[in-house]
Amino acid sequence: MATLPSSSNGTGNGTSNGAANRTGAPAASDPPMVELHNLCHWYGEGEMRRQVLQNVALRIHPGEVVLLTGPSGCGKTTLLTLVGGLRQVQQGQVRVMGEGLEGSSRRLRQQLRRHIGMIFQGHNLLRCLTAEQNVQMGSDLLPGLSYRARRDQAREWLRAVGLGDHLGKLPHDLSGGQKQRVAIARALAAHPRLLLADEPTAALDSRSGREVVDLLKRLAREQSCAVLMVTHDPRILDVADRLVEMEDGRLRAGPLAVGRSSQQE
Amino acid sequence: MSELPGLGLLWTSRRIPLAWLLLTRQPVRLAVALAGISFAGILMFMQLGFRDGLFDASVTIHKLFDADLVLISPRTISSISMSGFPRRRLVQALGDPEVKGITPVNWNFLLWRNPETKSTRSILAIGFEPNDPLFLDPGLKSKAKLLTQRGRVLFDELSREEFGPIGPWFRQGRTVETEVSGTRVRVAGLVGLGPSFGADGNLITSRETFLSLLPETPAGSIELGLIRLSPGADPAEVQQRLRKQLPRDVTVFTKKEFEESEKDYWRSSTAIGFIFTLGAGMGFVVGCVIVYQILYSDVSDHLPEYATLMAMGYPLRTLLGVVGREGLLLALLGYLPAYGVGQGLYALVRSATKLPVEMNTTRAAVVFSMILVMCMGSAAMAMRRLADADPAEIF
Repeated sequence: MATLPSSSNGTGNGTSNGAANRTGAPAASDPPMVELHNLCHWYGEGEMRRQVLQNVALRIHPGEVVLLTGPSGCGKTTLLTLVGGLRQVQQGQVRVMGEGLEGSSRRLRQQLRRHIGMIFQGHNLLRCLTAEQNVQMGSDLLPGLSYRARRDQAREWLRAVGLGDHLGKLPHDLSGGQKQRVAIARALAAHPRLLLADEPTAALDSRSGREVVDLLKRLAREQSCAVLMVTHDPRILDVADRLVEMEDGRLRAGPLAVGRSSQQE
Repeated sequence: MSELPGLGLLWTSRRIPLAWLLLTRQPVRLAVALAGISFAGILMFMQLGFRDGLFDASVTIHKLFDADLVLISPRTISSISMSGFPRRRLVQALGDPEVKGITPVNWNFLLWRNPETKSTRSILAIGFEPNDPLFLDPGLKSKAKLLTQRGRVLFDELSREEFGPIGPWFRQGRTVETEVSGTRVRVAGLVGLGPSFGADGNLITSRETFLSLLPETPAGSIELGLIRLSPGADPAEVQQRLRKQLPRDVTVFTKKEFEESEKDYWRSSTAIGFIFTLGAGMGFVVGCVIVYQILYSDVSDHLPEYATLMAMGYPLRTLLGVVGREGLLLALLGYLPAYGVGQGLYALVRSATKLPVEMNTTRAAVVFSMILVMCMGSAAMAMRRLADADPAEIF
């Protein structure tokens, strides 16, 4: 469970420099997918300036499923956006797939995002596209594939999430759980090496929430894709390899995390 | 994939037609947008059509003349005040080997008395030798014979009705007589020329009658000289030669230049050009506002979706491309109905007002480029809204 099969699409190629050495983790032959060091972040200016992240350090290995919990407003989502290259790093180090994001260019972050799948609280599907076309917006990011190949992949992914019969439906005609599954298919269709999910079950009832999370975990496993999932939902904590709790901008290893991380290291 | 490299590029660059889908999946909004763009296009077509049509109407008579080159006096500014020049100059032009024939023409405005109401009104009188060719239309030739008798005129039945019911009376077989400049004349026949800007009505008569109506015309003086060239001759070349040969008291124009100088007069001396160009400009502005509104709200409505695409790793220029393509599609889809309706309305205007309004390629191209500028400009403005698509905000 701890060491997953090395990813087929070349995890950790190239820039595996000092990051891997410093970890000293014997089991992790691959460099960490995500490595945060002394990460601090503030919102606002002047007197209104408020610190949302304080010296956060976190390491996620390829194929690892990490759940991030904590009360709302504690900075979980900010952490996610920083890892996802959606926000400029203010202080500390963020390394994703070996790329340092401190002072990174817009272009580098955009390139990096192609390898990061994102699943949002809302499904954020394009309303004017069918399920199949939405998923294809993900596979369209893959270079060098013909239109037909990308479309076939999109269909494949929709079948994998159990929506093979709903290819031509607009988001409007799908249920909440189905929409979220389309969003998962879309995120995975771009062959991400890291999946960021922000409360993917928030808008779902417990049964479909469970289904979605199990699916997410299974598919991520098959792709040996690391997952960082923010959740409030106590019913899905058991899918995690490691649980990390956040409070007032600081990380605190959860009880589950102790067991799992000792297994891993 | 195992496609040919060239084809492969086409294959791999093919994407989901997002711009098209964004537009067509909201048919009501698309219909409103297209109605707005088409309306703006139609407005531009009509205003520019009226403008050009009115200018064309100023040369209704000019166009009819059978001439390759014309001589006029350098003092002539427009058809409403033609100055005379020596008829000799026209005869001199015959010396050029390429000149096949000439027609001296007298041209002036006279007072016509309405035989019914007895009121007078200014009418354009054209005098020529009845044996000379005058108009391109061969129908005049037979009627010209009727003018050999003194005091006979051909009346233009397309003249405005203020000149009296000449056409109907003549057709009933009545002898129509009236006074022109105080001299009694008889209508010997009817022609169809059409009113122009300068002249509400026209009559054609012989040179002899013309001089009797206007006795103060200096002998040997004409207002217009028509020159016909032998087939295959280059009018511009002969024009150059004549300019060198003839003294400075005449101007040599090609027929086209003759028409253009008349149009230029009305263009510069009246507000018509300004008014209708302003009208077309207003159509343009209305169109801009509508397209901008549509594209702006479209971008605003889809902002989270655009942000999602950015979060997925699509570069900003892809999104700009989507908005740009929406603008292009709107321009194309909005232009076609505008063109069709424009054609229809032109036909309506032609039949209702006798104004020579017609679709031509220049105007079709001008209106299309205006619509294109309108749509692409609005798209560019709406793109600024995309800068607000912050993918960090969608979590």
